[in-house]
Amino acid sequence: MSITLESKIPSGPVGQKWSRYRQDMKLVNPANKRKFDVIVVGSGLAGASAAATLGELGYNVKCFCFQDSPRRAHSIAAQGGINAAKNYRNDGDSIYRLFYDTIKGGDFRAREANVHRLAEVSVNIIDQCVAQGVPFAREYGGLLDNRSFGGAQVSRTFYARGQTGQQLLLGAYQALSRQIAAGTVTMYSRTEMLDLVLIDGHAKGIITRDLISGAIEAHSASAVVLATGGYGNVFYLSTNAKGCNVTSTFRAYKKGALFANPCYTQIHPTCIPVSGDYQSKLTLMSESLRNDGRVWVPKKEGDNRHPNEIPENERDYYLERKYPSYGNLAPRDIASRAAKQVCDEGRGVGPGGRGVYLDFSAAIQRFGRKKIEERYGNLFEMYERITGENAYDQPMRIYPAVHYTMGGLWVDYELMSNIPGLFVIGEANFSDHGANRLGASALMQGLADGYFVLPQTIGGYFAAQKNGKYPADHPEFRKAEEEVRARLNRLLSINGKKTVTEFHRELGKIMWDNVGMARTESSLMHALERIPVLRQEFWENVNVLGSGDDLNPALEYAGRVADFLEFGELLAYDALQREESCGGHFREEYQTEDGEALRNDDKYSYVAAWEYKGVDQFPTVHKEDLKYEEVKMSQRSYK
Amino acid sequence: MNLTLRVWRQKNAKTSGQFVTYQATDISAEMSFLEMLDVVNEELIKKGEEQIAFDHDCREGICGSCGMVINGTPHGPLSATTTCQLHMRFFKDGDTITIEPWRASSFPIIKDLVVDRTAFDRIIQSGGFVSVSTGGAPDGNAIPIPKEDADKAMDAAQCIGCGACVAACKNASAMLFVSAKVSHLGLLPQGHVEADRRVLNMVATMDEEGFGNCTNTGSCEAACPKEISLDNIARMNRAYAKALFKNKLA
Repeated sequence: MSITLESKIPSGPVGQKWSRYRQDMKLVNPANKRKFDVIVVGSGLAGASAAATLGELGYNVKCFCFQDSPRRAHSIAAQGGINAAKNYRNDGDSIYRLFYDTIKGGDFRAREANVHRLAEVSVNIIDQCVAQGVPFAREYGGLLDNRSFGGAQVSRTFYARGQTGQQLLLGAYQALSRQIAAGTVTMYSRTEMLDLVLIDGHAKGIITRDLISGAIEAHSASAVVLATGGYGNVFYLSTNAKGCNVTSTFRAYKKGALFANPCYTQIHPTCIPVSGDYQSKLTLMSESLRNDGRVWVPKKEGDNRHPNEIPENERDYYLERKYPSYGNLAPRDIASRAAKQVCDEGRGVGPGGRGVYLDFSAAIQRFGRKKIEERYGNLFEMYERITGENAYDQPMRIYPAVHYTMGGLWVDYELMSNIPGLFVIGEANFSDHGANRLGASALMQGLADGYFVLPQTIGGYFAAQKNGKYPADHPEFRKAEEEVRARLNRLLSINGKKTVTEFHRELGKIMWDNVGMARTESSLMHALERIPVLRQEFWENVNVLGSGDDLNPALEYAGRVADFLEFGELLAYDALQREESCGGHFREEYQTEDGEALRNDDKYSYVAAWEYKGVDQFPTVHKEDLKYEEVKMSQRSYK
Repeated sequence: MNLTLRVWRQKNAKTSGQFVTYQATDISAEMSFLEMLDVVNEELIKKGEEQIAFDHDCREGICGSCGMVINGTPHGPLSATTTCQLHMRFFKDGDTITIEPWRASSFPIIKDLVVDRTAFDRIIQSGGFVSVSTGGAPDGNAIPIPKEDADKAMDAAQCIGCGACVAACKNASAMLFVSAKVSHLGLLPQGHVEADRRVLNMVATMDEEGFGNCTNTGSCEAACPKEISLDNIARMNRAYAKALFKNKLA
């Protein structure tokens, strides 16, 4: 298959591209829509909103999730908020400013046209969610409240206490539920996608496993939409839910979809530090805390005094010192690296010295404890539950952790991958955040793709399609089913000595130590040597008990870790070829004199989209050059 | 610390289950309850025994996946806390801990501690939404909503659908869950339009699914990890009576 990357960006000025696209796009006659079956995999913000909207439009939708209910997808855990260029604050915000902030925040590695469209539809998202009954925070006058967030100097973030993701997801879940009741969407929960099926080069269905009965099933459709989230769990410890995995997108990659920029991983600066080896996941403390919390470490190395006993002049408020104009609100990648730096200097706090303080005493003095409770009460409670410490009386301890992945399957302007009929939305695609995502932009992108972009663009594919779908007993489905069965049987028959968790933990350690917050050529080479060895050991020595014919969490997990063991290598490989530092990808060899990321726009201003060539084979890179017509590329400065 | 666990093991919905005793050794106080079970499961696998199946996902107390009855109390001894957020510092060396699945005929057991809660989804499908399709929504600030109302709606909307309320109730009633959604939407102007239809349909589905009625003992509120208040049940009863009456008149 020869691959050409056609981004299909509409012509014209960036501000008019989306409206031009909609004027020119082909439509599907309303009476014909029910003839098209669409598979949506995933029921988070992107998947649920897409499935609901496609159902409303009259398509036949099948929606899949591995959880017991679509309401549990991990979008639910997003805390802080959702951006929209409403300018309700009258503080100078605009669609252009949100567009610019997102491009700059992404370190000039995102596609301009997509990002502008995102900023345009951001305002519709808020309207839609309010109409659904999402209980956003309000002021006494009854109007919507906003807060500010990292990487922006305007207040454009809408929120519902510390549970914005939950409320937006429940809004989408309810819209989805309405369509399930109306019969336009059939929901398959506790069902996992294990392969993508291509017929004549088009995505025409998936193979799934019913997690309760173990039944392997073929589902045929006119198009497949992947909304399966990110791959942060390749690091074992992350803020992702335990079930989050790369399997759907990685299976699509193995079938020919290109995986773009996997090395762009976001490390979130404000997470609760690791407390021991048994640790199963990391918990994020919303970035919104940095609005009122001040980040510091002791000036002296190895200062073990209780934080409240360290006098003001012996504290280093390093973010305020290094970035006076953004201070504690410096973007995530910058704040994370700064924390690593002070800890590397031996000034970290807490067990193991991998932590910094986030201190609310000044804010409590200024606004009173009640106001702080109102803003962050649930976060402080969560912190106390996990650490046993009260953050009203002493500073929180925080440390960066893997949180979000900007990379994903390559898509064009229509959110279609290089495989015709395979669409990818939300965190699962690569498109809008460049090398770094700004806070409160993930919810925005998931809902933009699901409510407003994909339901429009998918029509263009259908309008040009004559062969809708194939019967589910087509030989290609049968073949894929057999492959899935064989792989599951192989996992169950190894009967080795190590558990799946042990392999996952080992892989995570390789990734975090060598492909984490700071990467070097030699660390990446080391990871690329170690991962295949671990993968081989996995296939010889993993122990997966039980059978494939009933609920078997070990078997589900083994399949996901097996994919991570291949995917980790791709991530490291991408990081190795990108000989520059940008956003969430920091190569120690490429930094300015004061330790900031040093981009190389002449050589690396492209999207690296990888083509699968086989296990233990090097993938091939395809490059999409990023052209900046509207924005002038500059070195990102938050000083 | 070292603990003795009595865990409900059941192969599937068709077979009967029983308690099996396990030893959990070298448990650190910093571990979460689920991390403690992870440790036990790793040891079981090493011994060639199948791990204890339990639902879990976000482990941040928000997805509503996890839930087990710990020493007779849904989500365990700590109030306003999901199982995943319960930490072992609330137990002491030598404790015996009994772990069971939610017990309610509307939540059939799938395996070990995993139950089928899809009845909750069907209740939402019967009316737990505002019927607005994508597009055409008025400006977000077109309808001002008093902060007090928005706050109350948010209090109710925090429900995570874990099912602890049903597990705690001697009648296996889902009134707290259903009333939280009825209140959340009913308190907002956007939800007013369909309020009558919503409450009638959701209550009818709740009954069809076999959940019991409310006898005001309040155990649901006590077990709720999100502190959803009994006031919601009163609010739903009012809305239900009103809707029924209006329906009859029509």
